[in-house]
Amino acid sequence: MKILVPLKRVADPDNANKIKIPAGGAKIDTSGLEWKPNPFDEYAVEAALRLTENGATPKQRGGEAIVVTFGPKETETTLRSALATGADRAIRVDAQDDALDGHLLARALKTLVLREKPDVVLMGKQAVDGDSNQVGQMLAEMLGWPMATFAATIKEEEGALLVGREVDGGVLTLRVKLPAVVTVDLRIVAPTSVYSKQTAPTFKYNDGVRFAALPAIMSAKKKPLVEVKLGDLAADTNLSIKYLSFEPPPARKAGVKVKSVPELVEKLVNEAKVL
Amino acid sequence: MANVLVVAEFSEGKLKKTTHSAVTFAQSVAKGTGGSFSILAIGAGAKASSGELAGFGAAKVFIADHASVANYVCERFAPTVVATAKKGFDVVVAAASAYGKDLIPRVAAALGAGYANDISSVKVEGAKLTYRRPMFAGNAYGFCEVTTPIQAVSVRQSEFAPAQPSGSATPVEDIALAPPSAGADRVEFVSFDQVKSERPELAEAGVVVSGGRALKERFKEVLDPLADALGAAVGASRAACDAGYAPSDLQVGQTGKVVAPKLYFAIGISGAIQHLAGMKGSKVIVAINKDAEAPIFQVADYGLVADLFQAVPELVTQIRKAKSA
Ligand SMILES: Cc1cc2nc3c(=O)[nH]c(=O)nc-3n(C[C@H](O)[C@H](O)[C@H](O)COP(=O)(O)OP(=O)(O)OC[C@H]3O[C@@H](n4cnc5c(N)ncnc54)[C@H](O)[C@@H]3O)c2cc1C
Ligand SMILES: Nc1ncnc2c1ncn2[C@@H]1O[C@H](COP(=O)(O)O)[C@@H](O)[C@H]1O
Repeated sequence: MKILVPLKRVADPDNANKIKIPAGGAKIDTSGLEWKPNPFDEYAVEAALRLTENGATPKQRGGEAIVVTFGPKETETTLRSALATGADRAIRVDAQDDALDGHLLARALKTLVLREKPDVVLMGKQAVDGDSNQVGQMLAEMLGWPMATFAATIKEEEGALLVGREVDGGVLTLRVKLPAVVTVDLRIVAPTSVYSKQTAPTFKYNDGVRFAALPAIMSAKKKPLVEVKLGDLAADTNLSIKYLSFEPPPARKAGVKVKSVPELVEKLVNEAKVL
Repeated sequence: MANVLVVAEFSEGKLKKTTHSAVTFAQSVAKGTGGSFSILAIGAGAKASSGELAGFGAAKVFIADHASVANYVCERFAPTVVATAKKGFDVVVAAASAYGKDLIPRVAAALGAGYANDISSVKVEGAKLTYRRPMFAGNAYGFCEVTTPIQAVSVRQSEFAPAQPSGSATPVEDIALAPPSAGADRVEFVSFDQVKSERPELAEAGVVVSGGRALKERFKEVLDPLADALGAAVGASRAACDAGYAPSDLQVGQTGKVVAPKLYFAIGISGAIQHLAGMKGSKVIVAINKDAEAPIFQVADYGLVADLFQAVPELVTQIRKAKSA
């Protein structure tokens, strides 16, 4: 199986409260924050690796996982890390972050998909900087492919994937025939979430994503990484969403610590008047 | 002038309250721009809700009630939304529920429309719509415009109060389903494993009791009595969902459900950025945590540093007492 994984780098999401918005709100300033792979994309890479191997013998690749990012030169670091954890090759589409939006990304990815002909495009359900949650759905429509969003489980079948989707009220299971677009949710990296046909149904993965071993980091430097121009993939690079300004969230006023349960209840009844 | 198409949402044939939030958005855009709005309901059994849908002051209610759309599959729903939107609508909207977030971006792509996800408000100036939306886990709000001829949006349910029926009698039109999307013959609905609950819906509840990793296997045993005493919905942190202490669809946060009840309890939850993103809009926040330094206390109106296994049962007793007083 051949899998394409679009991967974005984002400003450290665990420190998202440290972003700055200069007076006037012209932009969001993330300087000082480390770049990290978008966690959902990191999970998508892990799921792609699981689908292209026998879980018991992960050193032997049983398919191909290609990672692609849209961003400036420095995003190649993110691609190299994905290569170090096991992805087979990488593509960087040269672009500036603020010159992209969901619609443009999906159009450009469509061209890339038609070139690369993967069986699956596997990606995060959302990038946790913009929280836009749309590229996968748009790409599926543009390709005329079936999609399964918010995947918590994926099981490979003959020419198809059985996908458990986390939706309101429970888990909705779809069978999508390949080629298809799948976007992943948090639980996709649980020990029994993803099974390729090669992996025994009794096999259990470690929880979470795998880490790169030192030799792998070295050999990742030799794995192919090519650069493509955005204009080669999308003729029209106009944006369909235009950001005018930004503002910080409203602050919450500081609260108090109560000493005991009776004091808490008393405050809820008499002060907050919510009981 | 902007004409808005609201895509209604159903669960087991019943209209979901998410729809009412999308209607509120549509009403304000229609009013502000001098346009109108209509509602599209797709699903087997959708017709049963036509009376309710006709009461919101819409120009038209479109119903596509067919056996082939008994179960939601995006590729079978999207084309009918697209075909209806092309009847002269400028904005397509649904709530930012799992349904809306799955469906509307696909619809947007088919319409060549830009899509603003999970907006928290809309500003109308003449015919111009500016959307305000949370980004970076709610640590910033962006103001944006969608520049395509048709615009697609999903609205955050907790930020748009549910529309109330106005007593109108909108004409209802039964419509045929549009032919399924190109990929539709390659996707098959297999099953829906529903988590049944008698409790209020998380996004609609006035009181939410959420538990974290600290609850362990005793999640239900400890939190259910508190939720019962308060008539509350139950929520959870990611860690509690990942560990299987609580069903995944109870996850509150940036990438789960966003709630803004009048009273929110965070119990044994540390208060990670991603969790705060889903509950910071609550009116009153109570935190119970044994670690006085836990970040949750920075947003809590009332913090209690205590062992939850002792504090919660005591809280249940005290609340029952206060309620019966
Ligand atoms: C991409 C991504 C998306 C995410 N989305 C979400 C999301 O939507 N929602 C979400 O919640 N998280 C989300 N997270 C996870 C988030 O970063 C935190 O890991 C998670 O919220 C932690 O859950 P917790 O507070 O239950 O666990 P912990 O951080 O482990 O906290 C447990 C707390 O319980 C306290 N405690 C322990 N024992 C007791 C006791 N006996 N009595 C009282 N207190 C006790 C501890 O002091 C601690 O503060 C996301 C993470 C990523 C990477
Ligand atoms: N700049 C980018 N480069 C590569 N992939 C991206 C980029 N932006 C978004 N994506 C992909 O699209 C998914 C959804 O992003 P979004 O719709 O922006 O929330 C992400 O999880 C990525 O897989």
